[in-house]
Amino acid sequence: MTALTRWIRRNLVVIAGLGTLAYLILPNVVVLVFSFNKPNGRFNYQWQRFSTEAWTDPCGVADMCGSLSLSLKLAIWATIGATLLGTMIAFALARYRFRARSAVNSLIFLPMAMPEVVMAASLATLFLNMGVDFGFWTILIAHIMFCLSFVVTAVKARVMSMDPRLEQAAQDLYASPAQTFVRVTLPIAAPGIAAGALLSFALSFDDFIITNFNAGSTVTFPMFVWGSAQRGTPVQINVIGTAMFAVAVLCVLAGQLAGARRKRS
Amino acid sequence: MTATATPDAPPDAAGPAPAPVQKPPLLKPAVRKRLVPYWLLLPGILWLLIFFAAPLIYQASTSVQTGSLEGGFKVTWHFQTYWDALSEYYPQFLRSVLYAATATVMCLMLGYPLAYLIAFRAGRWRNLVMILVIAPFFTSFLIRTLAWKTILSDSGPVVGALNSLHILDVTSYLGITEGQRVLATPLAVVCGLTYNFLPFMILPLYTSLERIDPRLHEAAGDLYARPVTTFRKVTFPLSMPGVVAGTLLTFIPATGDYINAELLGSADQKMVGNVIQSQFLRVLDYPTAAALSFILMAAILTMVTVYIRKSGTEDLV
Repeated sequence: MTALTRWIRRNLVVIAGLGTLAYLILPNVVVLVFSFNKPNGRFNYQWQRFSTEAWTDPCGVADMCGSLSLSLKLAIWATIGATLLGTMIAFALARYRFRARSAVNSLIFLPMAMPEVVMAASLATLFLNMGVDFGFWTILIAHIMFCLSFVVTAVKARVMSMDPRLEQAAQDLYASPAQTFVRVTLPIAAPGIAAGALLSFALSFDDFIITNFNAGSTVTFPMFVWGSAQRGTPVQINVIGTAMFAVAVLCVLAGQLAGARRKRS
Repeated sequence: MTATATPDAPPDAAGPAPAPVQKPPLLKPAVRKRLVPYWLLLPGILWLLIFFAAPLIYQASTSVQTGSLEGGFKVTWHFQTYWDALSEYYPQFLRSVLYAATATVMCLMLGYPLAYLIAFRAGRWRNLVMILVIAPFFTSFLIRTLAWKTILSDSGPVVGALNSLHILDVTSYLGITEGQRVLATPLAVVCGLTYNFLPFMILPLYTSLERIDPRLHEAAGDLYARPVTTFRKVTFPLSMPGVVAGTLLTFIPATGDYINAELLGSADQKMVGNVIQSQFLRVLDYPTAAALSFILMAAILTMVTVYIRKSGTEDLV
């Protein structure tokens, strides 16, 4: 008994940590299990019986796959826009001295320190008063706006930690500024840019609050799920949720394997 | 690329000009070089100024406008809106801060052991645990929040267990649950908030814990510090930047959130985000929505500033 209590005391952190991990994973497990449910009625909250119906017909719900492809399209364009603009800002901040530097820094920091609902309501007020029609473009503008700061933060950290002598060495070896940038600077900054892009994609794809205010009658996937919470939740949203989870885990695993192999060779 | 170009020659001066008459460059090379950071900043900063900063100012002006949807709104410096909004919706305000603060504390208590586990105890499992922490990010969080409806449902195992242990009687007495159920009570909303923002707590905690040299723990042990003392005197103080960043990243979005209150709560758990959303999208009372969101912004910025000063980590930002 004392051995057991001693073991528990020594591993208390591990036990508590695994408990938290279970708390984090539990909803994903429920989403997976309930993607095989065949509910009575419109809501998929209670287990009835096993069925693979939803998996064989994932687009069987009206408008759902349309909203999914719209969300993907938005996320891709928002990622491209935010990564491009954000990387430029990050390089300016990391590499150059210029006036109004602290103002620029706070302009980057503030969107991350602002509740989404505040940004969402104020941007929608602006669009409303300008007479802009809400739709794809207003959502895209909003997504690029809130993804930008995260890209800047990710890329800036990477560029700042880079050894400036590498670029000097390239220049000493007669590389033109453009060559130096493409062959030396960009490859080193790439992991930061990739991290920023990945984060943008996830943030944009999953955004609900800002989209809710700026979408008008356009329906993205999170907005479809929100609506279905009122009208009735089709099993298919669990199929999509599970598939997204699986794809994300596979992508991360593939990235790690590739990284491990590169390290070995 | 010509091999004859000297590395320190400005790029526009290298090689003969193709035109017969060489025009002088519009700007001197030195001036052009000085302008580079501004060109790099221009598009992104303009984007933020137009679509982030300008709307905030515009919103401030909307909050002091009066009018109707048909007749249009005019700035009349109608500060009464603020007073009306506050006196009508102060319960939702207080509730938002209370729920968000509770969720933040719970995130810290739940997240710290896991961050510690990943940083010091996971060994070769570290990457797997890390993936499991981040992966939920990539599943729509609305779907995951709906899953809590299943987990906490009235006839589900969680409520059954809590009931048979008579825990729900205690929590009902404390006012955080109602009767024999968890859904549509404060407990469910705080649970959902904690769940949703937990990764935002774990990641900064992990980052600051990972930087701690494990030899510091050994040194503390060699100096006869008990594990608890080591944690209190060495580990926790060194992880303060992570604690501050994590609490901010949890508290700020949790205060403005309306998804958990809407999906897991009832009318008695509405937070300020719910009010802003319904005023803006359903009631179409834009001045009230603007005033509420302005107050929320001011309150959060004040709290965050005070918190950062108090915790002595100004250099964090």
